[in-house]
Amino acid sequence: MNEPNSLLQIKGLRDGLLVSLDDAPWGDQRVALLTQVDGQPAFFQGARLALDVASQVLHVNDLVELRDELSERGIFLWAVISESPTTEKTAQLLGLATRISKPRPEESRKFAVEDLGEETALFLNRTLRSGTRIEFSGHVVVMGDVNPGAEIIADGNVMIWGRLRGMVHAGAKGNRNAVICALDLSPMQLRIAEEVAAALKPRENPKPEVARINKDGKLQSELWLPG
Amino acid sequence: MPAQVITITSGKGGVGKTTTVANLAVALALEGAKVVCIDGDIGLRNLDVILGLENRIVYDIVDVIEGRCRLKQAMIRDKKLPELYLIPAAQTRDKNAVSPSDMNRLIKDLRNDFDFVLIDSPAGIERGFKNAIAAADRVIVVTNPEVSAVRDADRVIGILESEEKGPGSLIINRLNPILVKNHDMLSSDDVLDLLAVDLIGIVPEDEGVIIGS
Repeated sequence: MNEPNSLLQIKGLRDGLLVSLDDAPWGDQRVALLTQVDGQPAFFQGARLALDVASQVLHVNDLVELRDELSERGIFLWAVISESPTTEKTAQLLGLATRISKPRPEESRKFAVEDLGEETALFLNRTLRSGTRIEFSGHVVVMGDVNPGAEIIADGNVMIWGRLRGMVHAGAKGNRNAVICALDLSPMQLRIAEEVAAALKPRENPKPEVARINKDGKLQSELWLPG
Repeated sequence: MPAQVITITSGKGGVGKTTTVANLAVALALEGAKVVCIDGDIGLRNLDVILGLENRIVYDIVDVIEGRCRLKQAMIRDKKLPELYLIPAAQTRDKNAVSPSDMNRLIKDLRNDFDFVLIDSPAGIERGFKNAIAAADRVIVVTNPEVSAVRDADRVIGILESEEKGPGSLIINRLNPILVKNHDMLSSDDVLDLLAVDLIGIVPEDEGVIIGS
């Protein structure tokens, strides 16, 4: 059911429809989708819709507007899939799913250390407040604080240029050589690979520290010194 | 000049949102501003009680939105301050009776007639909260100097930032200077250390507020 001005593709899923949008301005895509819907109201009526917006950066207003417009037409928007972390976060805020379950090949639990060198890092230049959850398949660098109630889950290392008071899981896919470092390491909980360490006491005079799994297999922190 | 729309919210319940709205509204009205307060806590309305207008409610915000009355009919004028109005919440409905776009429409109609629109947000971060911040030009976050209230305020500020409402301004309510001095209560510095937002006021604990209500 491709239209000549194909800004979008529609596919049937087991339990609804998947609409994939091409790269075009959001306004155009929205109009294209609604035109498509209005053209075949019977087909869309009562549908569960998942929307793949590719790398489109969408804010709350954009999605709320679309969700309202769709629901006026009897369509339930339940998921927004995106490559953009902003859009994903927006969708999560609105209680929309950001993943549709497709059978995926089982990923290997072991993470080869050599591969880490090629991994990318996610740089976050802001404070992560309670309720924020960052999941990333590489390293994560935060220039700001990680507040209690915020979570970072990274396959690689995690470095916080600020106060770490939330939860961080480094080497989440099983890399026991991953490290977590912060200018003030006072987390709720730290995890590296399968090791878990609970709340360290807040420091009187915090110094930069690094946490890693030591030779005895315990998660331990020490001063973070140059070199 | 069109009204400034200010939403007062907190995440956690019982920190003093409604009391703050009532006091701000009275203070602004005493200064000669035209003020309307909206109780956003549909299903658990309180602002009418604090303002002492409970027995005058005929129509409420849901009646306006569902077209059972005109906006003017739901606005209750204060007994002492003729420039202060309340739009009460519905007590027999829930938050889903109103949507953010309903709020935007309602407030658009109020903007030209008032200097300030104050919205009392319900606790939580669900629909009622989303409704309350939908039309806000400015958001004030109220917290108490205790860990759970500050944690919830942090969460709310995070949501405000991602909804592009700015980080909001902070009021620390019910601070007890003696407890702070003895290190038995978080100080305003402890709170600001975590929240890192603009502090616009500290309200000390005062039992007179409880007696007054």
